[in-house]
Amino acid sequence: MKYVDEFRDGEVAKKLAAAIAAEVEPDRRYNFMEFCGGHTHAISRYGLPDLLPPGVRMIHGPGCPVCVLPIGRIDLTIGLALEQGAIVCTYADTLRIPASGGLSLMRAKARGGDIRMVYAVTDALRIARENPGREVVFFAIGFETTTPPTAVAIKLAEAEGLDNFSVLCCHVLTPSAIMNILESPEVRVLGTVPLDGFIGPAHVSTVIGSRPYEFFAEEYRKPVVIAGFEPLDVMQAILMLVRQVNAGRAVVENEFTRAVTPDGNRKAQDLVSEVFELRRSFEWRGLGEVPYSALRIRARYASFDAERRFGLAYRPVPDNKACECGAILRGLKKPRDCKLFGTVCTPESPMGSCMVSSEGACAAHYTYGRHRGASE
Amino acid sequence: MNAPDKGMIKPGYARALDIKHGRVDMSHGGGGRAMVQLITELFAKHLGNEYLAQGNDGTCLPAGQGRLVVSTDSHVVSPLFFPGGDIGSLSVHGTVNDVAVMGATPLYLTAGFILEEGFPLADLARIVESMAAAARAAGVQLVAGDTKVVEQGKGDGVYITTTGIGFLPEGVRLSGDQARPGDVLLVSGSIGDHGMAIMSKRENLSFDAPILSDSAALNGLIQAMLASGAAIRVMRDPTRGGLAATINEIAHQSGVGIHLDEAAIPIAPAVDAACELLGLDPLNIANEGKLIVVCAAEDADRLLAAMRGHPLGREAAAIGRVVADANRFVQMLTRFGGRRMVDWLSGEQLPRIC
Repeated sequence: MKYVDEFRDGEVAKKLAAAIAAEVEPDRRYNFMEFCGGHTHAISRYGLPDLLPPGVRMIHGPGCPVCVLPIGRIDLTIGLALEQGAIVCTYADTLRIPASGGLSLMRAKARGGDIRMVYAVTDALRIARENPGREVVFFAIGFETTTPPTAVAIKLAEAEGLDNFSVLCCHVLTPSAIMNILESPEVRVLGTVPLDGFIGPAHVSTVIGSRPYEFFAEEYRKPVVIAGFEPLDVMQAILMLVRQVNAGRAVVENEFTRAVTPDGNRKAQDLVSEVFELRRSFEWRGLGEVPYSALRIRARYASFDAERRFGLAYRPVPDNKACECGAILRGLKKPRDCKLFGTVCTPESPMGSCMVSSEGACAAHYTYGRHRGASE
Repeated sequence: MNAPDKGMIKPGYARALDIKHGRVDMSHGGGGRAMVQLITELFAKHLGNEYLAQGNDGTCLPAGQGRLVVSTDSHVVSPLFFPGGDIGSLSVHGTVNDVAVMGATPLYLTAGFILEEGFPLADLARIVESMAAAARAAGVQLVAGDTKVVEQGKGDGVYITTTGIGFLPEGVRLSGDQARPGDVLLVSGSIGDHGMAIMSKRENLSFDAPILSDSAALNGLIQAMLASGAAIRVMRDPTRGGLAATINEIAHQSGVGIHLDEAAIPIAPAVDAACELLGLDPLNIANEGKLIVVCAAEDADRLLAAMRGHPLGREAAAIGRVVADANRFVQMLTRFGGRRMVDWLSGEQLPRIC
């Protein structure tokens, strides 16, 4: 496949692996967090750990939109479908996130909720047009990559006078989450999560650019390398991080120059700020309440805001006590450290959100990596 | 010659079934004349044979040589007509293959149709003709059938359930629990074609070379493989769940591990590209005309040659090896050089595709 296979070339991978192995210092440990689920998926699917020297450890970060959605948000959405009779449209993996009362959107669908999987928010607009007598709610999730299309949809709906369409906005912000991890006591004080650098987001950075990460490099002395989602991108980024650590440098470098610029996509940014504003606080699964970490719809577009339209009140719901998703999302624990992993929590019946999406740390390890560390 | 009795019912029906413009209505499943007419003028016309003509509640079949093999499969594909096939041919191929991979010779099929009120008779005729053509090509006869009609909105056009019957010669024993460490795993051709033909039609994806379903009856290929004399241990057709599901089934049944080599697995470029675009793994995508075979290592070349000598096995390839592993893990050496697990699909990747 042209323009894809080039970034998955096993021969180039071998050379990069050799370069990384040659440059790591034998007594040093390198702990890098890949923030994005896209990187987690690439690392697991292509078996990258086999190509890395033992001193390099990858920590899976919280950048999987499905994984960080708290139960309370799913409950709200299920309520819209089952109690308000709305048509709920959402992206695929969201359907399987476990919610209260043993429900998920998929199970709510089996109980009669009209819940539809869409590939793009424009499909939700189409459904709203086709069902003028019914409320159609788009359950909007994701980081900065999926936010601009939601903004476009709201503007289109306004222009068309599509008054049965609204959005339950759960869009979250990458820099706030990185900040939360860096500020967590485990990283800052206790040192239980040694973090020597970040692989910065690929698609998110095409929108926000590379500049927002400069603060982390400067203030927290953490190297950041923005990388694409192909396995060679990840290998190259690891090599760049190793070099920064060895040289005692902490700057933002961009491996993904074919798509990311320092300023990002200004048009998309303007669109987002026109339609959305910062929320004072937002609950993340695993991270808890994180100040100014998510967006809500501006008052000017209030009629498209499902929270206002249906008078929804958010009610936080604690995770299952034994579920370690929180600690895993913060890099404190590995999937195998969780008692539920692979026993009662599997991709077929996930207890925690990290087991839902193939980008989640637990699902990726279960599906692609559980031969590692298994008794031979 | 006597004058015709005035009270006698005119033979035949007043008006023939309007195949061109007509639609299925509730009376076609009601058990009355309309149903008989549909069966006579459509099903029996295309699928009829001496067994179907017996016209009783059950069909009496001659006993064949060897052991009886039976398999049943329901087909609920959407869209009903897709590049490379339709629900009619698929419902023959799917069941013929399930009987044939046992090593048996499929001879008879039964078919149950669930029709949705309002379904165009013209489409039904196309489906039945396609079934008839597929059955003729596969050398099987339809020996019993059933038709039900459900109200509009309660079906999806047509559902077809077929049951296949075949006979297995003494001495042939193919079973999922026969794979042993050291054995070689072969696939008969490129994977993922059927599932992606359906998906690309659903998602309106178009490619320079359209993706065609691989839907085909494999009994001919299988006969050629059995005739090669190779020590075949396991034979499966990797339909729903794709290659990944089938290979995991074999590993579990046989209590072994399986190591795959990603670079050796044949995948058509368009299928690969479509999977990439939709974020799907070709290993999880359904096939309807492919085989997975496990055979003794020393016979692999001979078997591969026999497969490549048949039109449906031209792209056959050795893709992996059976190893001893108490965890029964299926692992794959990626093209990238790392190793990863190949697991069963979680939940559903493609809703309703076969």
